[in-house]
Amino acid sequence: MKKHLALLLALIMVIAMFAGCSPETADPDAELQGDGESVDANGDGYVYYLNFKPEQAEQWEALAKVYTEETGVQVDVVTAASNTYDQTFKSEIAKKKAPTLFQVNGPVGLADKHDYVYDLSGSAVYSELKSDDFALIEGDAVYGIAYVIETYGLIYNKKLLAEAGYTADDIKSFDDLKAVAEDITARRSELGFSAFTSAGMDSSSDWRFKTHLANLPIYYEYEADGIGTTTEIKGTYLDNYKAIFDLYINNSTCEPAMLSAKTGDDSAAEFALGEAVFYQNGTWAYGQITGYEVADEDIGMLPIYIGAPGEENQGLCTGTENYWCVNKNASEASIKATLDFMNWCVTSETGKTALKEMGFVCPFKGFTEEYLPENPLILAANEDTASGTTPVKWCFPSMPSEEWKNVLGSALLEYAQGTGDWDAVKAAFVDNWAAEYALKAEAE
Amino acid sequence: MDKALKKYFPIFVLPTALAFTIGFVVPFILGIYLSFCKFSTVSNAQFVGISNYVKIWGDATFVHSLWFTALFALASIIFINFFAYTIALLLTKRIRGANLFRTVFFMPNLIGGIILGYIWQLIFNGILSYYARTLTFSAAYGFWGLLILMCWQQVGYMMIIYIAGLQSIPSELYEAARIDGASPRQQLFKITLPMSMPAITICTFLTLTNSFKLFDQNLALTAGQPSNKTEMLALNIVNTFYSRTGWEGVGQAKAVVFFILVAVLVLLQLKLTREKEVQQ
Repeated sequence: MKKHLALLLALIMVIAMFAGCSPETADPDAELQGDGESVDANGDGYVYYLNFKPEQAEQWEALAKVYTEETGVQVDVVTAASNTYDQTFKSEIAKKKAPTLFQVNGPVGLADKHDYVYDLSGSAVYSELKSDDFALIEGDAVYGIAYVIETYGLIYNKKLLAEAGYTADDIKSFDDLKAVAEDITARRSELGFSAFTSAGMDSSSDWRFKTHLANLPIYYEYEADGIGTTTEIKGTYLDNYKAIFDLYINNSTCEPAMLSAKTGDDSAAEFALGEAVFYQNGTWAYGQITGYEVADEDIGMLPIYIGAPGEENQGLCTGTENYWCVNKNASEASIKATLDFMNWCVTSETGKTALKEMGFVCPFKGFTEEYLPENPLILAANEDTASGTTPVKWCFPSMPSEEWKNVLGSALLEYAQGTGDWDAVKAAFVDNWAAEYALKAEAE
Repeated sequence: MDKALKKYFPIFVLPTALAFTIGFVVPFILGIYLSFCKFSTVSNAQFVGISNYVKIWGDATFVHSLWFTALFALASIIFINFFAYTIALLLTKRIRGANLFRTVFFMPNLIGGIILGYIWQLIFNGILSYYARTLTFSAAYGFWGLLILMCWQQVGYMMIIYIAGLQSIPSELYEAARIDGASPRQQLFKITLPMSMPAITICTFLTLTNSFKLFDQNLALTAGQPSNKTEMLALNIVNTFYSRTGWEGVGQAKAVVFFILVAVLVLLQLKLTREKEVQQ
């Protein structure tokens, strides 16, 4: 009896183990894997979208379901958790059923994933694009297509600014901004609010400074030198970077030494609850700041002035770091299915409405005015563009690596809390830029 | 019986052996192979020889995290074992509610490292905010913060092992000692400590490997700030692997070096403490 029981238990273990693997071995996709092809049972392709934006995960899944119902093509959506896209990509792409649709953040990201990108130049979805500015092009090949355009700047609270005795028209340069901010700080106890939300250096918030704010000195240097990327940055406008960062940390809701404990949520909450006038962030932050103390009509966006020459015409920072790429190692049928799906998303009524509801401003021809999301920040961005200012390009996709950003972030933190000096920030900005590019070159 | 065992041996061993192979042996060998490759995903690896291992030593952050980890391991072995042993001694005396105390001391160990890290970050930053500082002010803050956290988490666990060790010491030894007129102090150093050497071996082994492999708590508490000065080995390896493009192989090589280092240290420590164990 005991013997049989033991045998039974052992059998159960074996079965349980293989049960875990069985769906995969039974999956016909797996059978044709030897040469990197994947075709499902009917020989039709499938779409596997590795989504970057957790905020829209559910909406993508719903859209995929609608598409499957309409066309019968299988669409799987997997969303990488915040800040783990590259990790997830690395493990997913090695699987038999690899993503057919994924995204890169720009030329640097593209270089890392160059082994996997399909040339989209002849595709229908590429022809839908409003301008080649929104594509990643190398020679004749199109490797990435931007699907969302975003804008960031200094989000401000119109009501509080008026209470302090100013309007947006009073702020046309860095000097104006500095005067207003310092005046608010001087009268802080009387007014009951601060100029800036805390410039949190926690990892959920430090990208606003090590990446987005750092874009401005890089942009002005590129403009002055007439280039779009470089392996050796000079740091011409680093003094301006220091000036604006000083302004942020010295006129905020908290002591500079406390910044490392402040998160992105803290900063958003301070703005949403009316504790500060200015909050550096972008159109995507709307969901976080709406519905509390600040009415939607009181939300506006100003350019981030840093005191660089020519800033009287400076607009908001508009660009993208979300490019769709198609996996060239997928089977032909899957590539076709993926291209069809992308095209459907940006041309069909259902697709366009869904993208609008995700809050995306999409750079495709079919997205006319009624497809603009209801978001005062996007409205502000459009007004800014219409007013004839020059938008600041997003140059940060040309930053050499994540490591560069991290080192810069650490240096900024140490500067803010008083344990490091500005020279360390300079070194992290200029020297490390060249060092990281040299490492990259060596790796290739 | 022996015959039956032989007959069913494959049936009993096979599932576990398979699981062990799939879950451990294969990834381990693949990992060693990858440490000699340049790759961005496991499927596009190219053999490059030992260049990854050469690059490790040019990376100042690795050497720094090595020393930081070593210092931390030393401090945590001393502190955790000291407190755990002391509490175990107290709780094997006849105190009212000893069982309740044991449970309470053990409980922190049931909370996951990431959560603990965030909780303690809030506590430390809350206290430090009175002095307008935060945990990332200097590496020393992070070091002591981590140490307090680890003590809080691990003392209870080690205490349980020590209690088991202390309870297995035969009471005749103490009786004989008392008859011979040994003081409580002599009893502690001549009987209790030598007799609990097996427990000490286990606990130093555990604290040594735990502090070398520490990852969650490090990530949640300081994430290596300021400027990677509180970055320990495991976190350094992960950061190398994921945030430096083209350095995946170097990260992998660091992991292999890390494995060898921990293995050597642990074997050495086992040999040293085993020598002190007495046979009952």
